[in-house]
Amino acid sequence: MKLYRFVIEFLQLAILLGVAPAFTGWVRMLKCWSQGRTSAGIFQPYRDILKLFSKDIFLADNASWIFRFTPYLVFGTAVLAGAIIPMLSLELPIASTADVIVLVALFAIARFFTALAGMDIGTAFGGMGSSREMTIASLAEPAMLMAIFTVSLASKSTSLSQMVHVIYSGQIALRPSLAFAFFAFILIALAETGRIPVDNPATHLELTMIHEAMILEYSGRHLALIEWASMMKLFLFVMLGVAAFAPWGIAESGDIIAISLAFVFMLLKLVIVGIVLVMIETGLAKMRIFRLTEFLGSAFLLATLGMLSFFILE
Amino acid sequence: MSILKNAIISALGADAVFDGNNYPASMDFCVVPRGKFVDAAKAMKKIHALLVAEWASDESQLGRGFGVFACYRWGAEYLIVKIELPYDDPIFASITNKFMPAYRFERQMKSLMGVVPVGHPDLRPWIKFEDWPEDAWPLRKSFDASKPMPRVKGEYKFVRAEGEGVYEIPVGPVHAGIIEPGHFRFQAVGEDILNLEERLGYVHKGIEKRFEALSWQEGSRLAGRVSGDTTVAHSLAYCMALESMTGCRVPERAQWLRALFLERERIANHLGDLGAICNDAAFAFMLYQMSRLKEIMLRTNHKLFGHRFMMDRIIPGGVSVDIGPDGRELILSELKKLLKEFNRLVVIYDENSSLEDRVRETGILIPDKARELCAVGIVARASGLNLDCRMQNPFPPYDRIGVNVPVLISGDVHARAWVRVEEVRESIRIIREIINALPSGPISAEAGIPSPDSSGFSAVEGWRGEIVYWLQAGPNSEINRGMVRDPSSVNWLGLEQAVLGNIVPDFPLCNKSFNQSYSGHDL
Repeated sequence: MKLYRFVIEFLQLAILLGVAPAFTGWVRMLKCWSQGRTSAGIFQPYRDILKLFSKDIFLADNASWIFRFTPYLVFGTAVLAGAIIPMLSLELPIASTADVIVLVALFAIARFFTALAGMDIGTAFGGMGSSREMTIASLAEPAMLMAIFTVSLASKSTSLSQMVHVIYSGQIALRPSLAFAFFAFILIALAETGRIPVDNPATHLELTMIHEAMILEYSGRHLALIEWASMMKLFLFVMLGVAAFAPWGIAESGDIIAISLAFVFMLLKLVIVGIVLVMIETGLAKMRIFRLTEFLGSAFLLATLGMLSFFILE
Repeated sequence: MSILKNAIISALGADAVFDGNNYPASMDFCVVPRGKFVDAAKAMKKIHALLVAEWASDESQLGRGFGVFACYRWGAEYLIVKIELPYDDPIFASITNKFMPAYRFERQMKSLMGVVPVGHPDLRPWIKFEDWPEDAWPLRKSFDASKPMPRVKGEYKFVRAEGEGVYEIPVGPVHAGIIEPGHFRFQAVGEDILNLEERLGYVHKGIEKRFEALSWQEGSRLAGRVSGDTTVAHSLAYCMALESMTGCRVPERAQWLRALFLERERIANHLGDLGAICNDAAFAFMLYQMSRLKEIMLRTNHKLFGHRFMMDRIIPGGVSVDIGPDGRELILSELKKLLKEFNRLVVIYDENSSLEDRVRETGILIPDKARELCAVGIVARASGLNLDCRMQNPFPPYDRIGVNVPVLISGDVHARAWVRVEEVRESIRIIREIINALPSGPISAEAGIPSPDSSGFSAVEGWRGEIVYWLQAGPNSEINRGMVRDPSSVNWLGLEQAVLGNIVPDFPLCNKSFNQSYSGHDL
């Protein structure tokens, strides 16, 4: 039985690695359609990753070990985060060793090293991107913790599996604190995954970049790993949001049928989230960079309101 | 009643000789003594004239030294002031202190012609790079353009800013998008821009030198390649300068067709720009929709005139392609569809508050600065200057149809975008009127050859703004000098001013709203 739970764990990692590019492809495809263009198809990100893996690495002379190490670290933390967030089943053996605070810290480590790598080469754009990324981080991380804590207050646990279990069993359905936390989470997720209106993942304008500016100097398999990791990050934020606020359909036991059903539900949710994301991204222009403080400030405010309303109302 | 001429006469008296060998005859041309160049500039400044261009010509084959010219404009009037410099002592007093745009014109003259503006604050080379020998002056007649250039070591010193937290961001010359090359050097504190210094010249092709090796007929083809997106306006400006010298009377139908080409070029480029401005604020929807509309225009151009950008369709003496009744129908139905879709997109642009937040109050060029920099075209009209050659120096059919010129005073990115929106609508109206009342007759006439030692001037409103050509015939009626002034030559200075106090990530948006030509500037 114990072994079987590890099988589920690995199944979940395989889904993370395999489905994340498809989700990015789906979002890009919808985006093309919304702009009246033909898309390159849902599988284009796989081809991009494959192409990058087959290319040579072009490394700056003054690149240190940080620059070379970062892609593996970023990729590794994304995979590890994927082992904690319940996607298909609540019975994840690794999840019981790490709670939601660890999850936030994992993303923070990846970001910290990406920012270091951005400055490592010494180009102007890398430093600029790092400085912007850290500005956002300093605003987004507390807001993220607040939002998640609101949920964990309701479920009386910081373990993700436990949180999902409580929400799923209907003990805390339709609470105002969760509604606040949910909207805060959407704003934070947009910022953390570098989507419009915070950052533009498709831009070529170096001066406006945030995340892309830090990784401008990467090539070959380094870039492939980073790109893949950021696709996983987007996927994980969707999964985290779904797990915390709409876990319906997830398998509570390790039953094969329940897990296959959970997979179908997951795909359905991804399709819907993709559509919502593209609607947000197509309808909005990118914010002026100093508006971000207001944007993330309101996310923090919403999360705080959620927490207050928990104590006052519930 | 000639305001510019009166101002020169009252300031210089008999020192100003109004000499008649410059065309068109309606514009004033005077030669003043070398020492009076600054006095003439002062007189011009006093009556609030604008500097259009400043350039030099090697007149050794005409038995003189160098000619240095400054062209001024007041409303619809143009006046050229010329001084003559001996060949062995090519120095003159700089007018940069009086007119800002002379700053780059004079650096360019020093670099390429080797005439020295005394009192100029900054004599670093411009357009010519530091790895060319100091004494290689490509525009001089003694310079052999067919020989390879020996390289020397040199350094270009950028303006530096120092202090706690100041850092430098070099951008370009090779950019990430598919655009022309140019270098931008930012000095910034945090995200705030302290200073922006442009460095251009990466697409210097020697076009002005090349004119001197061509026949008058071939010249219009070269002019059409000065800046590919403005091919119609450039070849038109060249042809008009040449026709003024030869006294060629262009048939009326040809003139109407020229206006048709000019307006179609304007619409196509404005559509592209509007999309690109929105795309730089990450509003990609608009880019693809506007590009689609632009593509409709270009395909119609190809179908009717045989070239997507109508390159070489304007020739000395007229045009090379006519339009039949089918073509007129096609244009009318195309414009109907275009205008409808365009208006819908403009509503989206206008009502999207996130976009509005980006374009308003970004990259402001205040009217005073625009006037000081003698800005032209879209940039000038977005900053309160009511300048448009189609209105001020109309050729048929503009004199009959008239042009409503949109002028905004806010000078921000939105103003520059909105001037384009209004101009697209106005151009559609003009094209409809042209199509409905196109006169019949021939489409070209014999252009002729100018007489020796004469010169011709023209100003045409391209889609970026006023394009100026000045052509000079040598002793054997060949081209002795072809001066090209693209609107970019002055408006690039405006960008440097507009971004001050903005933040670094807003620069691409400001830049796109100017969208100046690198090729037209570097020549």
